Amino acid sequence: MKLFKADFHIHTVLSPCGSLEMSPLGIIESAVKQGLDIIGITDHNTTHQCKEVVLVGEKKGITVLCGAEVTTREEVHCLTFFENFEKLEAFQKYLDEHLPNVPNDVDHFGHQVWVNEEEEILGQEDRLLISAIDQSIEEVERKVKSLDGLFIPAHVDKLRNSLYSQLGFMPFDLQPDAIGMSPNAKIDKELEKHPELNKLQLIRSSDAHQPDLIGSHYTVLELEKASFEEVKMALHKLNGRNVKRLV
Amino acid sequence: MKVCDIVEKLNLKVIGGSEGLQNEVVGGYTSDLLSDVMGNANEGQVWITLQTHRNVMAVASLKDVAAVIIVKGLEAEESTISQSNDEGIPLLSSDLETFELSGQLYELLQ
Repeated sequence: MKLFKADFHIHTVLSPCGSLEMSPLGIIESAVKQGLDIIGITDHNTTHQCKEVVLVGEKKGITVLCGAEVTTREEVHCLTFFENFEKLEAFQKYLDEHLPNVPNDVDHFGHQVWVNEEEEILGQEDRLLISAIDQSIEEVERKVKSLDGLFIPAHVDKLRNSLYSQLGFMPFDLQPDAIGMSPNAKIDKELEKHPELNKLQLIRSSDAHQPDLIGSHYTVLELEKASFEEVKMALHKLNGRNVKRLV
Repeated sequence: MKVCDIVEKLNLKVIGGSEGLQNEVVGGYTSDLLSDVMGNANEGQVWITLQTHRNVMAVASLKDVAAVIIVKGLEAEESTISQSNDEGIPLLSSDLETFELSGQLYELLQ
């Protein structure tokens, strides 16, 4: 078993709020520089940029988890991850069905394009990605689990767009694979405020929207190798896999 | 004023919790952040929101509000309705938007 550094929450150029430098190459180069082993690609309500980051990551020894940061109807941000492109594609279809048809105002919110390794534009999303999809947090969780994915409410300590800000407390029947903490979280205080978190696996990530923040916060996992399956086991403390440390 | 008077005067639909229609109303609170409601709403207020999640009724019970009104004709989730019945706190619905409904309730309570 070895230790792996994972930053699970990274936006790309495709997120309207993501810097133009967050191209597949820009992200992977920063991840290498920061000594990360695993990164999660989590744009707002879209998975379109994932594949190109995977391709660059493969060349440079970075394992890329593919997913999205979903905004539920309650405006709770949740990280989601999927084990292969087929399941990712199925989830993209679900997002396409449920993202409201509000056009992006490029001047106001920024461009929503995805690009390849050479930074050539491969596609553009015309609908505003930071809208909330018309599905409840439970419906999103159910969809993710039907695709064997990972469901992780993001930055729950934040005062906006977090599970606790929007819903007051953990819904009784929610069974997240882990709980995300923001870079600024005072974790001891959060555990005190929300005792149920003691029973859940916490992770911490950068939520980077620009390259120099990638790896500024991360989670250390004990795994056999860097892969989706191994991460899933670690979040559930199975077969000796484990989450060791939040940085 | 009682919740049933407000139902009649603001033309609201009772979706659940009719047991509590005789609750006394002392004021109103409008917010869609449940964390904010937990911190700031008071007992006996009518809470106006667009959130339809079941946690709404749990917060309503915690704060002992007189009733919850969901705006814009939004449909409450099944689990929210059944929780409203369990708690006996009226879950009401209006086709109006938050601004208009809050204004009308404010006027009514003056």
